[in-house]
Amino acid sequence: MADKYNAETIITETQKRISNAFDVFDHESNKTVDVREIGTIIRSLGCFPSEAELHDVIAELEEEEPTGFVRYEKFLPTVTKILLERKFRPIPEDLLLQAFEVLDQQKRGHLEPEELTKYLTQEGEPFTQEEMDEMLSAAVDPDKNISFYWQDGHPEKQTKWSSNNRVDEMGSSDTQTAVAGTSGAAIT
Amino acid sequence: MGCGTSIAVENQTRPSETDGSIKQPSPALTIKAAILIQRWYRRYVARLEMRRRYTWNIFQSIEYAGEQDQLQLSSFFSFMLDNFTQINGNGPDLISHLLDSVVDPLTEEVRQLKQEQIVVPESYSGPHLSFPLSVTDTNALLCAFKEEQTLHGKYVLQLLYETKKFLKQMPNVIYLSTSYAKEITICGDLHGSLDDLLLIFYKNGLPSAENPYVFNGDFVDRGKKSTEIIIILFAFLLLYPDHMHLNRGNHEDHIMNLRYGFTREVMQKYKTHGREILQVFQDVFSLLPLATVIDNKVLIVHGGISDKTDLDFLSTVERHKVKSALRVPKRSIDDLSVRACSRSSSRHSGRSRLDSPHTSGRTSRASRRRKKHCTKQGSCSSSSSSSSSSSSSMCSPRVSSRNTPRRPPPSPSLPSPTDVLQVPFLDSFVSLEPPEPPREELEWQQVVDILWSDPKNHNGCSLNAFRGGGCYFGPDVTQTLLQKHGLCLLIRSHECKQEGYELCHNGQVITIFSASNYYEEGSNRGAYIKLGPELVPRFFQYQVSRSTRKLTLHQKVRVAEGSALRALKEKLYAHRSELMAAFQQYDIDNTGRISTSEWAQVVESVLRLDLPWRTLRPRLARLGADGNVEYKSCFEDISLGELIPPVTPNLAETLYRYRTDLEIIFNIIDKDHSGQISIEEFRQTWKLFSSHLGVAVNDQAIDDMARSIDFNKDGSIDFNEFLEAFRVVHKLDVKEQQQG
Repeated sequence: MADKYNAETIITETQKRISNAFDVFDHESNKTVDVREIGTIIRSLGCFPSEAELHDVIAELEEEEPTGFVRYEKFLPTVTKILLERKFRPIPEDLLLQAFEVLDQQKRGHLEPEELTKYLTQEGEPFTQEEMDEMLSAAVDPDKNISFYWQDGHPEKQTKWSSNNRVDEMGSSDTQTAVAGTSGAAIT
Repeated sequence: MGCGTSIAVENQTRPSETDGSIKQPSPALTIKAAILIQRWYRRYVARLEMRRRYTWNIFQSIEYAGEQDQLQLSSFFSFMLDNFTQINGNGPDLISHLLDSVVDPLTEEVRQLKQEQIVVPESYSGPHLSFPLSVTDTNALLCAFKEEQTLHGKYVLQLLYETKKFLKQMPNVIYLSTSYAKEITICGDLHGSLDDLLLIFYKNGLPSAENPYVFNGDFVDRGKKSTEIIIILFAFLLLYPDHMHLNRGNHEDHIMNLRYGFTREVMQKYKTHGREILQVFQDVFSLLPLATVIDNKVLIVHGGISDKTDLDFLSTVERHKVKSALRVPKRSIDDLSVRACSRSSSRHSGRSRLDSPHTSGRTSRASRRRKKHCTKQGSCSSSSSSSSSSSSSMCSPRVSSRNTPRRPPPSPSLPSPTDVLQVPFLDSFVSLEPPEPPREELEWQQVVDILWSDPKNHNGCSLNAFRGGGCYFGPDVTQTLLQKHGLCLLIRSHECKQEGYELCHNGQVITIFSASNYYEEGSNRGAYIKLGPELVPRFFQYQVSRSTRKLTLHQKVRVAEGSALRALKEKLYAHRSELMAAFQQYDIDNTGRISTSEWAQVVESVLRLDLPWRTLRPRLARLGADGNVEYKSCFEDISLGELIPPVTPNLAETLYRYRTDLEIIFNIIDKDHSGQISIEEFRQTWKLFSSHLGVAVNDQAIDDMARSIDFNKDGSIDFNEFLEAFRVVHKLDVKEQQQG
């Protein structure tokens, strides 16, 4: 077990994680997945690519004549590289909080659903109506009918999603480095 | 200034107007912030989606693994029948009275007379039915069942006898038309979920002449309201015989019902008349039509098709003889001696174009699993070779005899199989066509294929050993059949789909499934199809919800996942000693830890469930400080309840693993459904079962256990109490409940 930190082992372990994730979406057990699920698979492995970055990855993974499917033989080396290089690093929670604070111009400590909708469906890489609806249903406090309530912008008082995410990541080294580092980062 | 105050007030009520102290972020910053949130949220959703997917995989794997267990059970029944002489002549009484058709001295008419004489007590507050049925009756039933009332046994029997009479005149294949510009509604599996049926009726209206329905099988089993559903469906069937149509499903089968809950439900709700009710159900189920065709273009069957499916042949089959798909028709010994040489080849002749999983080279999950199952258990193959003299299990005609049998067959041994019979003639060998299998078997096969098959995406037609019956049929098989009969669409059910429906085979096959939340609250939607004269299907989805407040995606995933993980942990527990032995092989220094790879490998090979174990690991086992898996931690969450009989942990584990099967067997033995069986019967059954499985159980231990269970020493065991002892407790859940 002392080989645990051996570089080779890390690569093998990473590849096995990738293989597992791939298999979950390989419905016909023929080592292919629908290209539309690539985003989900990569993100579930701990990456936070933007849509634009994702499109680049997909372009790399697709066949020359796009079939709508991505084969495992192409998927594995590309995604292994992405994971080992720690591309598309996780977003630390305090950075996320700052993002909300930027949008909360009046510094009220919360955002109205309409405001959030306006920003997220019009700015950046806009959400579809479906994405927006789902986010709102998860985030709106039913009693106050406002969303993203956090107290005084204190990083310790996280939104309920962030703390839930942590449950999944026991044993995943990626999250630990994300939380430990970059606490002083700011959006510039 | 006099108006200073008012300006200040104004400012306060309209905070969006800047007073200079609030900084406006630059547009660039806003965009960056938005992108960040979007990136983060999309990752969050992806993780949920991953969890939802593997939760789904877990449920499906366990469900199909359970169906393989039932293949085992069915082969056990056959084994019992074949070996009844070994049970001191008690054999036929143990099993055959239920599995073979009961020779009833009473005729139908006498039975019906008797049932009319049943008196419904004054105290009964449920609905009263009067035949012939009217809309008043169906409305009364719907109301009553919404109020959780039970229909009196007398009316159930009357309904069943009337339904039986009605179905006898129906053909195997029903032809419908959408003329009169009516839309036909097609529903899939309901599996005892009354809420779903009521929701469909609410959304789509009750069956009537203007609103025809086809229900595509699997009305009963699994859910708790199978009796209510079947009563409603039969009532509408009698009320609107031309506008209400029911196809048989693989769960409309009395042996399936033993395992999957319908038998138990009936016996619990109908203590006096339950047995007779079940008897009539057995007949009624086998009388249900097998297929429906709309406008000569759309074929509707419950499971699917095979490369042998022929609608013309299917129309001539004596469907009522196929009481259960789990019992292959017997072959007589005479048959056997004459055809001894060609027996195995005749088995193959029916499947000569089959891709054998061994040779096809496909590495699909299903065929991998099948290989694992057959070679590990061997029971599949053992029954195939030993089936020569009597009934055989479902997979017997098709399993390749390459698997070495575990038991030598009691009858004349078979030569090695050949596809063709070689006979010396003059100075060359002449190939003779192997004789056809008996008609009964061909008919049985047609029916089983219709009820049990699943579509797959690769061409060809292969054994569906995963399910234990029927085939996997590819797009080419669909295409061939549709062309042969001038059809354009196949609608089937049988498989749960997350969205309630799914298309495959280039849109030529639709799966429609109507039981929402089938695995767990939030696991899937239900759906139904509406088909008009233009034959373009329209899909309607729904989902029954226990809570009035809509669950968020996260909550739904969490609930379903929790349930799947609990089921998985129980599986781990049920195979504890095997797992521990395998873990310890990797842990030579006895550190209690092994690598994640090793852990995943062991679990996959012991449980034989094709799941993403590495992804699941964090939910099932703990890591030590050195990053390796503490393998004992997978069992920590579960403990058996209070053990009544004093048994060794190994025996406890075995009993736990097979408790479902034992329950079914006990229920069969317990002829009068008293909940009690004799110690002798208990002992014999257990011994037979364990020897059939190849499970080494100490005879003495069984005897001790049997005696200790018999508390009042009257020579009989209350087996429900006995089985209760093997319920497991999930400790983490208990803690949560205590803290919550």
